Amino acid sequence: MTTAFIIIAAATLGTATVAMVLRNLIHSALLLIASWAGIGAFYLWAGAEFVAFAQVLVYVGAISMVVLFAVLLTRHSRSEFAVAPDSLGRILGGLLASGATLGVLIGAVLSTPLLAPATPARGITVRELGGELMGPHAAALLILGVLLTVALLGAVVIAASERGPVPRPPPPPVAVQPPARRA
Amino acid sequence: MSFGPLQLCLLFSSALFCVGLMGALSRSNAILVLLGIELMLNAANINFIAFWRYGPEPSPATGVIFVIFAIAIAAAEAAVGLALVIAIYRHQRNIRLQEADTLKG
Amino acid sequence: MNLPVAQLWLIPALPLLAAGIGALTPRGGRRLAATVAIGALALSFLLSVGALITALADPAAHLVHNFDWFELGSGTLRLGWVLDPLTAFMAVMVTFVGLLIFIFSTGYLRADANFTRFFCFLSLFAAAMLGLVIANSLLLLFICWELVGLASYLLIGFWFHKPAAAAAAKKAFITTRIGDLGLLLGMVWLYDSTGSLLFFDGGAGVLEPAALDALAAQATIGGLAISTAIGLLIFCGAVGKSGQFPLHVWLPDAMEGPTPVSALIHAATMVAAGVFLVARVYPLMIADQPLAHVPVHALTVVAAVGAVTALLGAVIAIGQYDIKRILAFSTVSQLGYMMLALGVGSWVAAIFHLLTHAFFKALLFLAAGSVIDAAHHEQDLRHLGGLRGPMRITFATFAIGTMALAGVPFLFSGFWSKEGILHAAHGWDVSPLPLYAGLVAVVLTAFYMTRLVAEVFHGTARGEGAAHAKESPPTMTIPLLILAGCAIALGFLGTPAWPWLQARLEGRTEIHGHSLLEGGGLMALSILLVALGIGAGWALYGRRTRTRAAAVDPLAARIPRIFSALTDRLWFDELYAATVGRLSDGTARLADLLDRHVWDGTIRFLSGLGLFAGFVNRDADEDVLNGGFDAGSAGLRRGGQAYSRRQTGDAHGYLRVVAISFVVLVMVIMLGGGQ
Repeated sequence: MTTAFIIIAAATLGTATVAMVLRNLIHSALLLIASWAGIGAFYLWAGAEFVAFAQVLVYVGAISMVVLFAVLLTRHSRSEFAVAPDSLGRILGGLLASGATLGVLIGAVLSTPLLAPATPARGITVRELGGELMGPHAAALLILGVLLTVALLGAVVIAASERGPVPRPPPPPVAVQPPARRA
Repeated sequence: MSFGPLQLCLLFSSALFCVGLMGALSRSNAILVLLGIELMLNAANINFIAFWRYGPEPSPATGVIFVIFAIAIAAAEAAVGLALVIAIYRHQRNIRLQEADTLKG
Repeated sequence: MNLPVAQLWLIPALPLLAAGIGALTPRGGRRLAATVAIGALALSFLLSVGALITALADPAAHLVHNFDWFELGSGTLRLGWVLDPLTAFMAVMVTFVGLLIFIFSTGYLRADANFTRFFCFLSLFAAAMLGLVIANSLLLLFICWELVGLASYLLIGFWFHKPAAAAAAKKAFITTRIGDLGLLLGMVWLYDSTGSLLFFDGGAGVLEPAALDALAAQATIGGLAISTAIGLLIFCGAVGKSGQFPLHVWLPDAMEGPTPVSALIHAATMVAAGVFLVARVYPLMIADQPLAHVPVHALTVVAAVGAVTALLGAVIAIGQYDIKRILAFSTVSQLGYMMLALGVGSWVAAIFHLLTHAFFKALLFLAAGSVIDAAHHEQDLRHLGGLRGPMRITFATFAIGTMALAGVPFLFSGFWSKEGILHAAHGWDVSPLPLYAGLVAVVLTAFYMTRLVAEVFHGTARGEGAAHAKESPPTMTIPLLILAGCAIALGFLGTPAWPWLQARLEGRTEIHGHSLLEGGGLMALSILLVALGIGAGWALYGRRTRTRAAAVDPLAARIPRIFSALTDRLWFDELYAATVGRLSDGTARLADLLDRHVWDGTIRFLSGLGLFAGFVNRDADEDVLNGGFDAGSAGLRRGGQAYSRRQTGDAHGYLRVVAISFVVLVMVIMLGGGQ
């Protein structure tokens, strides 16, 4: 049990650390996908199957695609994915601050007496989860839907071209087949 | 000394959080900064699950519900953040975060 | 065609609308202005006839329509209109006579540049009078009353570039205002005593028995009943508006306005308002009659004022030379008759005379206007003469009006209405004096009217204008003919043998006629007196007419000093100038002195004080307050600059600060507050 956890944690942390260090953006993104998948494995290990499923779907499936698109859209030349080296002071500052935070957090975890029960709590079935979501948390769910809609609309507006619509050429005589809607 | 599963999980999430923080603090590429922040969010989610599963007073669904909502919000955040990155790129032809300082005092 | 009482407001509203349209019509829109004004008044006339039919269906009823106007504290001020035979007859008379005068005006003012303005004012005048007639609230009546005053001011001063016209307008306005003050006081007192100003309100109105009994039962200063006091105050308004002694001085001067205005003022609208007002509040005026112990009854005062005015107007008219002034004083005299009739207890006779007088006096004024217009605005009868030949229609109609006014028996309306008044005066048991005054006035009226006709129409032309006079256009003669017909026919509505009008006014449906021989002695006497007046006038003026303008008046040759006193109108204007005028001057001068020295000094002192305070304030401001604020804001600006320099725009920097702050915070909690 614990062995499985240690393997999962080591894989996750390792891929994440390497991703944060590499200079090639594509490599970083791919390693991060692996890291997210590791976190999904952790959820499975912890008995939250639905969350693991959501993690894989959202992070590994969706956000990674968005990240790759962003990387491709913001590169300078066709073949170059490497970023310029960062300044030493900035790296040192980042290491210092994150190291201090790590120390504080580990200290806090170790110094806090946690009354862990002997047996872990039982898991939750998807049916119960659906009842919870549609019952007590229905309002939050609706608001979340609105939030997602607004956020995606806002993302489209922000990322859209600032120069306004390009004047259309006169319509061609033959009607063009509209592109198939993407799922 | 022996660690319970809860301590292990918390240490794991702390480490992941600090890896994300280190990336966010030391990289100048805006996409990598955003990815670091995503890692920090994931570390928080791990905490929720850990306390839900191994906490002193486990509740049937709260932790899971929380994480689901957090993931949804993270998705929105990633979409908006990357859109911002693209907007910045169009504006200054690169995505170096320290150069986006038009609003400095 | 019936007009329900709720729609009665249309009658004054239509001319008011016409006035509004007239006010917006540009100068060139003469035809539009005249058409709108005449059309609106014609519609009002038709509506008034409808109202009359409604009223006659049940003459005893006072149909009312009341509504809340606004709330004042705890009380509600209510307005409304009333439909009864008095209202209906008055409305028909005002609209009909007014209509003819409007039509006449299109001819009379055909050359005037301000034609549209004139019709705007005329419509306003008619609207105000009609509103006054239908009012069921003393307040509404008062509002319209003042509007009548305003319109008369505007119309008398229509030719305001003439100083005399401007002065006459002011005089009319101010003189009537003196009376209006009494009316206002009476109104306030009435509201204070009864809590209502509605005339009829289903038992709660001020003219209904409950309120009247309460008013008559209370006594006030000098033993007068409150109803007497209020009645007399209201009568003050009537005195001013109807040109009664001692406030009659404005009426002859009002001749400075265009002649149709004179006709309107003297016949249909303004002066009739006073008589109408007393007739309207008649239940209030007679409320004190059953009381024996009061020092004076309200009606006694009314009768006295009326008798004096009737006599005075007739006497002064003898000595005048201006054709319109003679008619004006005759109006004063005839209004005195009406007041006399009201005073001796026969308001029905007063209204009958008011109606007949409206027609023949309008006729006389319009005919006089026709003469004046033909004679190129020559009004002095010494420069007229010989107009019988060239102006046949005008002469015939003027003669009919004269005979109606003088009271030539049987055929003319004036005879019957005047007989009614004399009979009422004869039946008054308080004093025979009003009857004597009325009889003397009969002689004098016949005399001066005969003089007027003889001087104007007989003999030879004595002036340039009269010599070239031609008959007036049909727009002027046709109204004359219609009015002449009415001046004859109207009398037969109220002869003693068949007193239809009187019965309807009193709210009876059956008619008690009686033989003409009843009271025949008095009638014979008055016929004799009329004959005497006409005979004397003809003897003096008709047999040998004057040949030159400068010739001495035959009567003046016999009694020169009295005649000159009459020509000067018994010095009433001079008397008022010497007393009231001087008092007013003195008060004004005193006020001026107070203003200049006392109030002005106080104000100067106060303003000096203010200036001083201002200087002190400014110094304190600039040196103390401003300095402090300057220093403070400079410090704020420096602080802001220092802080804004910390805003580097470096996202990493911010994040680093957050991380380090977090570390410090956790350290503090763990080391300091761990337990």
